[in-house]
This record gives sequence, structure tokens and C-alpha cells, in this order.
Amino acid sequence: MELRMETRDLSIYYGTNAGVKGVSLPIYDHRITALIGPSGCGKTTYLRALNRMHDLNPIVRIEGDVLLDGESIYAPKVDPVVIRRRVGMVFQRPTPFPTMSIFDNVVAGLRLIGVKDRRRLAQAAERALDQAALWEEVKDRLRQPAAGLSGGQQQRISIARALAVEPEVLLMDEPTSALDPISTQAIEDLLVRLKEQVTVVIVTHNMQQAARVSDYTAFFLNGEMIEFGPTEKIFTNPADERTEAYITGRFG
Amino acid sequence: MNLRRRYLRDRLMMVGLALGTLLVLLPLLFILAHVFIEGIGALNWNFFTKPPKPPGESGGGMLPAIVGTFYIDLMALAMGGLLGLGGGVLMAEYPDHPINRPLRLVANVLGGVPAILMGLFAFVVVVEPLGGFSAFSGAVALAVLMIPIIMRSTEEVLKLLPWELREAGLALGLPRWRVTLSLILPAAKGGIITGLLLALARAAGEAAPLLFTAFGNQFLSFDPLGPMDSLPLKIYVYAISPYEDWVKQAWGAALLLALLLMLTNFLARRAMRKR
Repeated sequence: MELRMETRDLSIYYGTNAGVKGVSLPIYDHRITALIGPSGCGKTTYLRALNRMHDLNPIVRIEGDVLLDGESIYAPKVDPVVIRRRVGMVFQRPTPFPTMSIFDNVVAGLRLIGVKDRRRLAQAAERALDQAALWEEVKDRLRQPAAGLSGGQQQRISIARALAVEPEVLLMDEPTSALDPISTQAIEDLLVRLKEQVTVVIVTHNMQQAARVSDYTAFFLNGEMIEFGPTEKIFTNPADERTEAYITGRFG
Repeated sequence: MNLRRRYLRDRLMMVGLALGTLLVLLPLLFILAHVFIEGIGALNWNFFTKPPKPPGESGGGMLPAIVGTFYIDLMALAMGGLLGLGGGVLMAEYPDHPINRPLRLVANVLGGVPAILMGLFAFVVVVEPLGGFSAFSGAVALAVLMIPIIMRSTEEVLKLLPWELREAGLALGLPRWRVTLSLILPAAKGGIITGLLLALARAAGEAAPLLFTAFGNQFLSFDPLGPMDSLPLKIYVYAISPYEDWVKQAWGAALLLALLLMLTNFLARRAMRKR
């Protein structure tokens, strides 16, 4: 099993508050890694460090290191734009670009980095929408505004848009927390198929979701990573009693 | 308990509010009606197609002032729009940029400067160096007047957009400037246009900044470096003149200007609603 990403003793500070404290974690290639834990445990903060989304916030300070294919993404000469092209992200709330059609949304990433070839864009759109399990639903109305779709469809548009630029790793920050059960199921199904193409790291509040879709699970508590292991082991035979307390629903 | 008294009080309050609204609207309606009654008689074919005639001769028109108003105001909008937009984008999208504090200060100070000082400013930095009154210097004065308005409106509409929109763009591997240009600005288009039009309407009614910049001109001119006429200037000059004919034309010009500004305001609201 190959490592795709890795964090080494990663700490993330908001001002003087440590949101994440010394987390070392492997992220395996073509696997789904779930980050679970109660609200405020630092899992989203951790996730956002993996593609340098914290760069925008000047009060955030990062210590330790994040490696992508063995190389630090925080090294001085690394361009965060290049990192984000390789490590995509899907957010909690669906974020279709409001002025764009479905098609334009999906190819926005490609088009805005300079791809003009219409055939290539059309192929990329179909492939990404197909991967996001949305092609059949929208293929006849690609020119209509994306804002007119349902929440679940909008979230799959967001996923398709992230996939269209062919990232190596896809970060997902509670991608189904704003969705109904049927849309959630659709996205979980597509996650499992996505493993063929990308490595996935998913933050979820929903423990059943982590158990259903992920191969590895990391349990976070108060900014610390308490336990990491194969999902089956975390959920059936956790080593730490706090992990057990959390997954059996005794807190959080 | 005492439901009837509560209803009574409610009705009294409503009547009070309606009266208050009427009281506020009355002067506005009065001004508009008065300008309309006094001005409508002056609006004829000559008014729109002829240059002014010397006092005493009848039949002159406002053509140079009408053309000049559009000419100067559009030039001002181009300059003020560009700088104001740039400043607004900077304040909203790059709040941590070190230039922001001075920029915000300038915007606030500029916003409180009397319009006539804008004219003095343009006189010193444009008219004197170029050696004469010009349409361009008038446009500069109006542009400076517009800049703080446009900056603030642009900043506000951009801040209304969800932060996630920017992150979604960045997460696609787009550089920051690309996100701003291709995702944020189009999403805020309606609001930005509204701000531009409101700033235009605000500046277009000003005579003071043009007094010693565009200066005025009896003849039709398209030379940006020569003096040019404008409706507010014409109103100012004609309204205080001793000639009955000129005063009448001033009313006509006032009516036309009021109508143009109302149209601009109407378009501004429509742009906002369309989004």
C-alpha cells in the first residue's frame, strides 16, 4: 500500500490557540480516509491544511509538515495554486458558481486555467458528471443555470467540478451534512467508485457514514489525533477508550 | 384584555406613520411638480437641437450642454469607475493587504469633501498644468467625486457573496486574481452596476465641480481638452441671469436633468433586482 500524503507532527494555530496539535497521519493512495470526532475537534482545520486553504487567513500559523508524494507542500518555493490543482476540495455547503450554467460550472476549473478546446471541455464535462453520478439527470439541460438544481444535485455539481481538473487527492469537508438521505446515499455510492481515480480524505460528523465508505479512520478529539487505523478495527475494536466512548455514542 | 383599545392604538399609530410619510414626500413632490410645470414649456425641438443664442434673440437651445453632459459624465464614469472598482475590490477581496488602511482612509475622507473642492483639486492638478479649462478636467473632478461612492458600493456587494465561493474557486487550483476576475465580479455584476449608476447619478447633478474645470461653452464641442458645456452649469448660469428667456430655459434644463437622473436611478434599481 502506497502513501499519497502524510502529515508529520502537524500543528495549526489560530493566533495562540492550537486547533490541531502535533498530528502525524498517513494518507494511503486510492483509499478513503475518514476523519471523525465531535464538533470543534480540529478535523476540518486539519483537512484544510492539506491543500493550503489556511493560506488565506493571516492569523493561522502552521508547524510541522504536510507531504504530497514525499515532498513538502509548505516548502518555500511551492506554489499553493499548484498544490490545490493536485489536491481538490469539496465543501460542506454546495457552491455552484451562481452565474454559470451546469456545463460552465463543471468545466470552470479547466476553462479558467486556459483550456479552450471545445471537444476536450465537452469530454471532461461528461466524464466528471458521470463520475459524480449526475450525467443522466442533467445531460439534457447542461446549458441551464446550476443554481436551479436541487441541493443534492448542486453538491454533485461541486464534486464533478472538483473532479474535472483531475486532482490526485480529493478533500471533502462534510459533503453530505446539508443533504437529504437519498442525496447522501448517491454521494456515498459515488465515493466508493471514486477510489479508482483519486485518493479521498473525508471529514464527517456521521459515524455510520465513516463506517460505510472509508478504508481508514482517524479519530480526533480536542485538536489531537487519538487513534488511527483500518476503519473496521476502529469501529469494532478501538484501542483507546475515548475512541470507544465516541463511537458508541457516549459523547459528541 | 382591552383588545379594543389595542386596536385603536394600532390604528392611531398607522395614521401617524402615514402622515409622517406624506410630510416627507410632500416637498419632493412639490419640487418635481414645480420643475415640471415651469420647465415643460421650454422643451421643444430647438431646445434639443440648437446651440444657445445671445440674450435678446429667441430660439436658442441646449444642444452643447446636453451633449457635454453625456460626454463629461461618461468620461468621468470611465475613470472613476475603473479606480473605484479597483479600490472596492481591493478592500473586499484583499482585506489584509497593507494598502487597505490608507485606502479606506482616503475613501472616507474623499466621501466627505464638498463637491466644489473636487473642482478646485481638478483645477490645480489638471487645468493649470494643461493651461486652460477643459472637459477632461471636469471629468476628473466628477471622477474624484464618484470614486469613494463606487469603492464603498463595490466593497459592500462583494462582501455579500458567500466566502465559500472564493474558496471553491481556489480549491480548483485557480490563482486569487482569477477567482476575483472570473468568479466574484460576474457574481456581483448587478450590484456593481447599481453602484456605478448611483455614483453617476450623484455626480451628474453637480455644477460646482465643473465651474472652473469644464467651464462652459456656447458652442458644440467634442474636444476633451477644450471647455465644454453641461446641463448643471447651464442651469446655474441661466437661472441667475436677468433674461426671461434664459431663466425659462434654465427650468427646461432642470426638468431634463431631473428626468435623466430619475431614469438613471430607475436603471440602477433594475440592475440590482436582475442579478
